[in-house]
Amino acid sequence: MPEVITWGDVVFSIVTFIILLLLLRRFAWGPIMNVMKEREEHISSEIENAEKHRKDAEKYVEEQRLEVERAKEEAQTIIENAKKTSEKQGEDIINQSRAEAERLKESAQADIAREKEQAIAELREEVGSLSVMIASKIIEKELDEKEQQQLIEDYVKEAGGRL
Amino acid sequence: MQHESPIYYDIFGIPGFHVNLSNIIMLTVAALIVFCIGFFSARNLKMKPSGMQNAFEWIIDFIKNTISSTMDWKTGERFFGLGITIFLLIFVSNMLGIPFMIVNHETHELWWKSPTADPVITMTFAVMVIVLTHFYGIKMKGIKEYGKDYLRPVPFLLPLNIIEEFANTLTLGMRLFGNLYAKEILLTLLTGIGGASILGAAGAGIPMIAWQGFSIFIGAIQAFIFLMLTMVYLSHKVLDEH
Repeated sequence: MPEVITWGDVVFSIVTFIILLLLLRRFAWGPIMNVMKEREEHISSEIENAEKHRKDAEKYVEEQRLEVERAKEEAQTIIENAKKTSEKQGEDIINQSRAEAERLKESAQADIAREKEQAIAELREEVGSLSVMIASKIIEKELDEKEQQQLIEDYVKEAGGRL
Repeated sequence: MQHESPIYYDIFGIPGFHVNLSNIIMLTVAALIVFCIGFFSARNLKMKPSGMQNAFEWIIDFIKNTISSTMDWKTGERFFGLGITIFLLIFVSNMLGIPFMIVNHETHELWWKSPTADPVITMTFAVMVIVLTHFYGIKMKGIKEYGKDYLRPVPFLLPLNIIEEFANTLTLGMRLFGNLYAKEILLTLLTGIGGASILGAAGAGIPMIAWQGFSIFIGAIQAFIFLMLTMVYLSHKVLDEH
């Protein structure tokens, strides 16, 4: 224990304390606290970024989901349309072919009828002239012109009725 | 074992301006160690801290928490430098006397010890802290509010309030001194026993280790108490208690 108060120590310790405080502020806790603050800001900004990215991602996922749904619907309508078109086309083809067949049949019938008429007419003429020739040869002498004509017409009619 | 202090009288020819050279040396050593700890911690600052930076950041957080426990951080931020310097300087000073002790055997002068085991040093710090509390009290609340605080909670407590200021100063300094002085005394005694004979060395070995461990504990606790009380006194003077 000192017998006197050492005022020199008092002054020295206060000066040392102040110098140490200034040096520590300049070299130790000043820069370190700056870094700590920087880090705090960095972390908070990173957290904000992450939050934003998460929200963006959610938004994108939702968009993609809607997109997929829309694509599905579109595909469905396309398939349905294709089905409808094909059905209609099939029906059309059937109808067309049916009509074509009808037409062909009709024309064929008309052809047949016409051919028949022609044949009959030709035949009638042929028969007429032939009969006239035959008759004239057979009954040249016995029959007069008028009776002869009458007879020919009768025969021709008979033949026509038979045909 | 009686140790003398290496006192040099009337430095620079100023009468009454005596110096305890041991205190000066030890305080310088303590301040240098504190500065080196701080300097090397802050030398290689990185966003991802490692090693010393981590440790120092832990200290900073510790001081911050201690200040925050007595006042809000916005008010307390300006006392951070004071707090960390006081804490580190006193802590390192407390630790200095633990591992060994250097005594000049011819003159019984004690050279290497904890500077905080000297009442002059501890009282200097205590008075400095109390003066600072008054200074900040006046600065932040105005002289009128500061004066009114002596009449609170009731005017007739004025004498008690004034005595309290002196009592605070005295207890703040003497608590630290007492603890550290007792530590030094006991360490000296144990060393004395241990150095006296082989039997003494055998007997004193284990108590020596135990007491050194306990001294570390005392040193840390006393540094913390000094810091805590500094902040408590500051907050008393600085904060509105309404």
